[in-house]
Amino acid sequence: MHTPWQAATALKTESKELRPLTGNEAIARAAWEAGVRVAAAYPGTPSTEVLENLATYPVEDLHAQWSTNEKVALDVAMGASFAGSRALCAMKHVGLNVAADAFMTATYIGVNGGLVLIVCDDPGIHSSQNEQDSRIYGQLANIPVLEPSDAQEAYDFTKLAFEISEQFDTPVIVRSTTRLSHTRSTVSVGERVEVPARVFLERPSKNVMIPAHARGRHLFVLERETKLKDFLATADITRIERGDTKFGVITAGTCYPYLREVLPNATVLKLGASWPLPDTLLREFCASVEQVFVVEELEPIIEKEVASLGIKVEGKRLFPRAGEFSPEVVRAGFVQAGLLPAPPSYNAWVPEPVVRPPVLCAGCPHTSSFMAVRASGARVAGDIGCYTLAVLDPLRGIDTCVAMGSSIGNAIGMAKAGETKPVVATIGDSTFLHAGLPALIDAVYNQANIAVVLLDNHITAMTGGQEHPGTGKTLRGEPAPQVDYEALIKACGVKWVKKVDSYDLAATHQALREAINYRGVAVLISNRPCVLDPIKIKGPPLEIITSQCTACQSCMNLGCPALTWSDEWFEGRHRVKIDPALCIGCTLCAQVCTIDCIKIASPAVTQ
Amino acid sequence: MNEQSNIAVNAESEPVAFNAALAEPTNVLIVGVGGQGVIMVSKVLASLAQAHGYEVKQSEVHGMAKRGGTVFSHVRFGPRVWSPTIAKGEADVLIALEWAEGLRWLPHLKRDTGVFICDTKRIVPPFACLSRRPGAPMRYSTETAEQVAAYVSEAYAIDATKMAEELGNERAANVVLLGALSTVLEFALPEWEKTVTAFVPKKTIAVNSAAFELGRNWIADAKSESPSADAAPAAAPAHTPYQPRLEITDAWCKSCEICVKLCPERCLKLNADRVVELVAPEKCTGCRLCEWLCPDFAIRVHLDTEAPAMEAAQ
Ligand code: SF4
Ligand code: SF4
Ligand code: SF4
Ligand code: SF4
Repeated sequence: MHTPWQAATALKTESKELRPLTGNEAIARAAWEAGVRVAAAYPGTPSTEVLENLATYPVEDLHAQWSTNEKVALDVAMGASFAGSRALCAMKHVGLNVAADAFMTATYIGVNGGLVLIVCDDPGIHSSQNEQDSRIYGQLANIPVLEPSDAQEAYDFTKLAFEISEQFDTPVIVRSTTRLSHTRSTVSVGERVEVPARVFLERPSKNVMIPAHARGRHLFVLERETKLKDFLATADITRIERGDTKFGVITAGTCYPYLREVLPNATVLKLGASWPLPDTLLREFCASVEQVFVVEELEPIIEKEVASLGIKVEGKRLFPRAGEFSPEVVRAGFVQAGLLPAPPSYNAWVPEPVVRPPVLCAGCPHTSSFMAVRASGARVAGDIGCYTLAVLDPLRGIDTCVAMGSSIGNAIGMAKAGETKPVVATIGDSTFLHAGLPALIDAVYNQANIAVVLLDNHITAMTGGQEHPGTGKTLRGEPAPQVDYEALIKACGVKWVKKVDSYDLAATHQALREAINYRGVAVLISNRPCVLDPIKIKGPPLEIITSQCTACQSCMNLGCPALTWSDEWFEGRHRVKIDPALCIGCTLCAQVCTIDCIKIASPAVTQ
Repeated sequence: MNEQSNIAVNAESEPVAFNAALAEPTNVLIVGVGGQGVIMVSKVLASLAQAHGYEVKQSEVHGMAKRGGTVFSHVRFGPRVWSPTIAKGEADVLIALEWAEGLRWLPHLKRDTGVFICDTKRIVPPFACLSRRPGAPMRYSTETAEQVAAYVSEAYAIDATKMAEELGNERAANVVLLGALSTVLEFALPEWEKTVTAFVPKKTIAVNSAAFELGRNWIADAKSESPSADAAPAAAPAHTPYQPRLEITDAWCKSCEICVKLCPERCLKLNADRVVELVAPEKCTGCRLCEWLCPDFAIRVHLDTEAPAMEAAQ
């Protein structure tokens, strides 16, 4: 989508104009300019906007698509590369795990048209299930990992990545992090250059990884690594900034600006790529200073490599291995090392912070499903999506959550292990298509006795409302064929399939009870659109007749953010009120009110 | 226009004008709750600073933010900006669209020169209403504007949401705050107006211009007015403490499980005879929901006056 930023600056048409772009916008811009022909991804914070922005460029220039999962996205990009076109696929760190199978062979095959993977890590776990360091995948696959430190570099490095990819016959990772992906700074941009598509390379020994071919390609991969080291030792993206000679710091990516903030005059080796590492350059640099530090977020990848050269180096002893870095964290490390004075401590008055975790939206259709799930007394395998928030009070409705699409598989295991409670798996529509479908087939095939609640809110909600094969729209918003869940699920061999309106609490309870009682795989489709996407739903708000409210707190069980305590009390407990600005009129609270004192505030007026 | 319960402190001092010639970047932290327009405020400011020829870095955290979580955006501008984030104790201005969020980020503000501009709008998260014991307090900030004022150099608690509401568009509250912000940063008024206009939807330009004016004038007025008190949250009325006691008539319970499923505290279970039983008496709040719901009148809730040795259940 066009951001106001672009709208505000679009008037200038000169090349090399300056634009304020986020890291993700800069990556998209660079890929477009580099002549990318095919781009694919599955949405995931913080990587989502790479594809959303690519989709704003003309359809004649490139094909951009949401794929059902990251492995499929990578396969699509590889297909384009096979055919000779430049291709990109974007994912968040956990998405690379999904794509890993194809990825580890992609490294052997290399490329025809340039192939760039944008992998966005999430140090600090702003919105993910773990904090892994994807640079390790680069190391595992022996491919270059470029690490930009700001939006300008995100732009420059992405362009360079396509060059490196073609020159060295390798996929290239451009690694971003949440901080870079979502930080806006000025970028000098250029124009698109059409890169003529190469022809398909008729070379089975490179394109078909049977063992005989793979053995040879493995040697190629190792040779390639040596060549890349030489290249990266002298590439423009690697630079030494000379300052104080007492010590030198090796760093890369988003750590670089933090370092510069606290040590503006230090001697720094700024690596443009955190893998593979050029030994000769590292040796030279380390020899030129008295003491060596490595500042890197998450795992000690550079540090270990330097240490393995027999060089004495300080890193993770001073800088944490978990969590996101900041100027404070970097400063604290150098304070500990005795190189910076301790910052003046002051008496900070810290008011006790209000606990404000993310919650399901007012009127979220998942609320009622989890009311029913919770009332069923089942053991619940949850999945990744907004509905993971149902783990918190007051819904407190799920017992496990592992990875995209894991819930159904987890449920099969629990049921087979003899869990005494009924076993329920909950999964969203997009997640179901991502990785839930094979597990559902598995459940049918292995005759597991589970109930699956397919929470169909007609969108990929958690990442901000992206289309998928169930929505009837493409990434560019064009009409597309739509998955028919009932037919699909029946075709998998499920005999008990039922659709229910999520806003009908009684029907949802009843249907779930039937699903649980059914012996075998039962799938209940809870059907209501997300209240935020694709359109923001806002019905007439409800109102509580406060004087009647007995403060029974039944409605507070929903955890709806529109429901809070009023200033009135009954028998020592708070009476409840509804914030009309937040309420979307789903009526769930009215359905659970024990004394029927919740009404529509202003009946809808039809004009 | 600000006869509401707004306060402004240090009214006699002049606004802090941040000097462009200084090498140190200016740090503005903008915070609020998902959906309030934090990002829009930071984009306006960043664009303004960039048009001025400054280097600008703007770093935001969203993701799950639109689901009512906390949202913040760091804006740094100056001749040279390295880090995209502002370290604790280094923000020149903290601008908050929600009261408790403003308080949460206070430690980020410069102790001696920091300016605090905060909407008094309270967005109470469902988590603040979790403890349902009789007399339980709402877990929302109780600090008053005076306490904040004593902590920072300059503080403005402004009822921006109400002001925007009166203009007919609650969503313009963030622009009221931009108007307030415009009084403490050095950019010229026409530049502010131009930038704000470029960022709001065309149809809302008029209301947003008015909102901007309101915010700007409010600060000016606040400086010449004596501060009024902040409305304190209502305290709990005195109530006689009680112990809930459940009287369960076994013969009438038909094992429908309705009370078990809907008890907010989850303290009921069906026992081996499939009769309802209070299994966690310490959790029961005496809310009577089970009594109201039971179709067979099998449960009665007694609120016995608190006595030390009172049994909670039979
Ligand atoms: S974004 Fe949609 S699915 Fe997610 S919590 Fe809000 S209403 Fe529910
Ligand atoms: S109707 Fe009730 S449950 Fe639904 S959004 Fe409004 S207050 Fe929340
Ligand atoms: S369910 Fe009805 S009576 Fe009970 S607290 Fe809510 S509004 Fe009041
Ligand atoms: S009164 Fe009944 S419903 Fe309420 S907390 Fe006690 S047992 Fe639960």
